[in-house]
Amino acid sequence: METDSRHTMGDRMLRKEDGRFIRGKGNYVDDVRLPSMLHSAILRSPFAHARINNIDTSAALELEGVHAVITGEDLAAQGLAWMPTLAGDTQAVLATDKVRFQGQEVAFVVADDKYVAQDALELIDVDYEPLEVIVDSRKALEEGAPIIRDDKEGKEDNRIFSWDAGDKEATQRAFERAEVTVSQDMFYPRCHPAPMETCGAVADYDVSTGKMTLHMTSQAPHAHRTLFAMVSGLPEHQIRIISPDIGGGFGNKVPIYPGYVCAAVASLILGQPVKWMESRSDNLMSTSFARDYHMTGEIAATSDGEILGVRSTILADHGAFDAHAQPGEQYPTGFFPIFTSCYDVPAAYAAATGVYSNKAPGGIAYRCSFRVTEAIYLMERTMDVLADELEMDPVELRRKNFVKKEQMPYVSVMGWEYDGGDYDAGLDEALRIAGYEELLEEQKKAREEGRIMGIGFSTFTEIVGAGPGKKCHIAGIEMFDSAELRLHPTGKAILKLGVKSQGQGHETTFAQIVAGELGIPAENVEVREGDTDNTPFGLGTYASRSTPVCGAATAIVSRKVREKGKKIAAHMLEASAEDMEWTGERFQVKGSPDRGATMEEVSFAAYTNVPDGEEAGLEGVTYYDPPEMTYPFGAYICVVEIDRGTGQVEVKRFIAVDDCGVRINPMIVEGQMHGGLASGIGTALMEVIEFDEEGNHLNSSFMDYLMLTSMEAPSYELGEIVTPSTHHPLGARGVAESPTVGSPPAVVNAVVDALSPYGVRHLDMPLTPARVWAALRENGVDA
Amino acid sequence: MQVPARFDYEVAASVEEAIRLLERHGPEARLLAGGHSLIPMMKLRLAFPETLIDIHELDGELRYIREEDGALEIGALARHQDVLDSEVVRERYPILWDAETMIADPLVRNMGTVGGSLAHGDPAEDLPAAFMALGCEVVARGPGGERTIPIDELQTGPFETVLDPAEIIVGARILRAPQGSAYTKVKRRTGDYASAAIGVALNISDGEIRDAGIGMCAVGGQTLRARGAEEILEGQRPNMELYKRAGERAAEESEPSEDARGPVEYKRDLVKVLVVRALEKAVERAGGGA
Ligand SMILES: Cc1cc2nc3c(=O)[nH]c(=O)nc-3n(C[C@H](O)[C@H](O)[C@H](O)COP(=O)(O)OP(=O)(O)OC[C@H]3O[C@@H](n4cnc5c(N)ncnc54)[C@H](O)[C@@H]3O)c2cc1C
Repeated sequence: METDSRHTMGDRMLRKEDGRFIRGKGNYVDDVRLPSMLHSAILRSPFAHARINNIDTSAALELEGVHAVITGEDLAAQGLAWMPTLAGDTQAVLATDKVRFQGQEVAFVVADDKYVAQDALELIDVDYEPLEVIVDSRKALEEGAPIIRDDKEGKEDNRIFSWDAGDKEATQRAFERAEVTVSQDMFYPRCHPAPMETCGAVADYDVSTGKMTLHMTSQAPHAHRTLFAMVSGLPEHQIRIISPDIGGGFGNKVPIYPGYVCAAVASLILGQPVKWMESRSDNLMSTSFARDYHMTGEIAATSDGEILGVRSTILADHGAFDAHAQPGEQYPTGFFPIFTSCYDVPAAYAAATGVYSNKAPGGIAYRCSFRVTEAIYLMERTMDVLADELEMDPVELRRKNFVKKEQMPYVSVMGWEYDGGDYDAGLDEALRIAGYEELLEEQKKAREEGRIMGIGFSTFTEIVGAGPGKKCHIAGIEMFDSAELRLHPTGKAILKLGVKSQGQGHETTFAQIVAGELGIPAENVEVREGDTDNTPFGLGTYASRSTPVCGAATAIVSRKVREKGKKIAAHMLEASAEDMEWTGERFQVKGSPDRGATMEEVSFAAYTNVPDGEEAGLEGVTYYDPPEMTYPFGAYICVVEIDRGTGQVEVKRFIAVDDCGVRINPMIVEGQMHGGLASGIGTALMEVIEFDEEGNHLNSSFMDYLMLTSMEAPSYELGEIVTPSTHHPLGARGVAESPTVGSPPAVVNAVVDALSPYGVRHLDMPLTPARVWAALRENGVDA
Repeated sequence: MQVPARFDYEVAASVEEAIRLLERHGPEARLLAGGHSLIPMMKLRLAFPETLIDIHELDGELRYIREEDGALEIGALARHQDVLDSEVVRERYPILWDAETMIADPLVRNMGTVGGSLAHGDPAEDLPAAFMALGCEVVARGPGGERTIPIDELQTGPFETVLDPAEIIVGARILRAPQGSAYTKVKRRTGDYASAAIGVALNISDGEIRDAGIGMCAVGGQTLRARGAEEILEGQRPNMELYKRAGERAAEESEPSEDARGPVEYKRDLVKVLVVRALEKAVERAGGGA
């Protein structure tokens, strides 16, 4: 192990946290074992929609080792049968009246071990009366459709919301005067974040102190604590949420799930710690899914490809309870209004309808900033349909419509203010890496040989880093974030954050930020997160907000500490503070390079030799509310070859050029890119959650829910350009979601390009061998 | 974590003891070999054996791959990885090598056994189809002694075999190496079971195909043999037209059902395509002939 290395901002530093992960020394919720801890299991509904006539728990209670069986009625007695969702709806914790999706929580068993708990489930007798089921959102608003949410007073249909944004008339006019218009229906299928670690909690209620400690798989421990306090009535300071190591979140660990609440209630009732840990099937069946958007994309353009207007229509399926993630009620489609993306679009309009269905609740931001994935897919797919209509090179079409560098900071017609960017430069770099001219030659040759090869593009901007607090909130709490930094006498630092890593490498990246600001090695900065008793209040990690918001807070708190350090340095060097300058490594008396002090020396002085009128110590705290979001962007190229006999799609190459502004740790950025590309390519090719007509979940294990493996992934070709964010103190933007957002359309565009000589203009994801085979045969291509 | 229901657990120290334990614990007992078919089913609570009889300590008796008098003998506890690593297999039975490269992933291949693959009776299991093309014998031992079961007669339906409850497979025997053989498979992703897979083994003499064997995986309620297609090939000079006819015949002989991997027509079409590809490769390996 390197001991004397000094890493700082911008270095490809190995991840500090990996030492423990590689050795199997991580500490996840399931590793938490407390004295006299009990275990649990959840009885789930086998029906997608059914009335509950009766629940008989007596046989389960008689099983040796069972401590409690909690039902919805027990919770109702405490006013806890229903809980609020992040979208302002309500969700059943344990079903009382009806079950509304297969896998819904019906009863909670607490037992000596998880085996007994699981056995007890089979002894619970529930009398269900099956009801008509809605799985296809397009039927949810039909006359006579069963009303799913009859728990809501006066609810007479399955509509959740109707929403629109943009200028409808101006867009209509653009379509009327356009020489060319295209329209494409598409479906972004339901998929699942599927983190490696499922959700779980250990609830530990201390009867003597009244304190509830929850070890929980939470991406947002502080926000969750506040919500817990509001729902349970327990005083907030008596609730402590500890998010230990988290094995992937991807948005799945943003909502509060019934299991957490049940574990807490059980611990309150029994006065013993209770662990609840989902199985894989539990996770895939009941926790928040993503996407499930039926969309229509329309573009109006001139005959030479200048976009005049864009229109999109959405039918959003939110499942049985509206538990989708949104940064405030004004965003029922999240940041979908970013759909005009990197293009200079003069008129745009979007309209959406949200509906209930008998499927798991959610609609969360799976590795994307609130529905950006859907928006970019719609735009990039429709762009290719337009290129096809115009018989224009998709590259040329995109380039023609890019927002130009000179237009930055650009305000889009939908009202977003982009923080810089150079879309042409990104595309140029991607084309250079790909060798576009040669690729086109290769494709021509392949076609002559009867091989089916396609090249797909996706150029886009993301929108990440919510706040600003005035625009974005969770349950009213504005989306700022926080950092607290303390330097100890020997110059070693502890940094505490309001966010929470789930694998993103915060312990390294944030240490590097402090290192860069204070001239101390990142090795000497310990990063702490995820314990509400011991970290400043923050909104958590999702939607690529950690670096844009908390990274900024970290830079600013470091600068605050440096300001105080400057006074101490001046005192040490017997100079005035105004005469001190920071070289990037140490303080120095202006004009006297031999008179200086490092941050280590200043730290020692902060506890041993402070000037009169200064407090001892060297620490600070910052709550940072960003002025705007950040807009990382990318240019992606995907090359595929299709087996005409079997329909299998092979991704031969994937080129991804990203601009996330200044890179704090380029290696970590690239790691995030690799992971995100695997997610996105997987979504395009294989990941899907489907239901049969009765609402049976068809993908409840990893044998059925297919995710990309390294064997299907090409060797990624990454590139970068750097245009610093105009407002972020480090010039950085978020990154880890760009690849998930940008890659699905690149893959689909490549497959459609491959099949376009045969007349294919669109195919819905996932592009499974069977689906591609059908497209081949329907269009007269034989083996 | 998914947790299985209660079961009792025994460890056998010899094949004889395994048989005695099977007899003692009755029809609800199951042998545990690599566990990579059985344990997932237990965790999903699709299988509820009352007793598991672990045979992992029988490596000394049952883990081997060897040639005896020109026959290839594979012990029941040979792991998938052992088959993949075997030089004899690679050189003389490339169909098995092909199949093994496409079975699951290294983790599964390190644990899963040849005996388990045969005994499980899963029509989506690859080795039975490859063995069927090769025409192997399965050797089983029970309270009444040892018997030989032709591979074509092993399965009786989905997850059903002719094995008696107290019988244990000790190995598989292939009497003669084919001159050419190959295995082709379509799966949705690494680690997925086949959408369809085809194994072909054949000899070529005087430029004509002899002894063609075609095994079909995942396109019926059990592993199938494409006898009609085999007949079409017999005595013919290899050529593409012939392969296509054989493929079409095999597709007719297949009995796929629709599932998440695709509709019936798709799977039949795959059979056609895969038979052609496997034949091309097997003939090439047999030294051409065309
Ligand atoms: C993720 C995953 C992917 C897979 N993909 C594939 C694939 O693509 N293709 C494929 O072919 N297989 C696949 N498999 C199955 C794998 O190859 C199994 O390991 C193998 O099929 C069964 O062998 P086993 O030793 O694990 O059997 P076990 O699970 O131990 O046993 C299976 C059954 O056979 C019985 N049994 C075992 N040994 C004997 C014996 N000697 N005599 C009598 N009965 C016996 C057991 O009692 C049990 O009923 C996959 C498995 C997993 C987990």
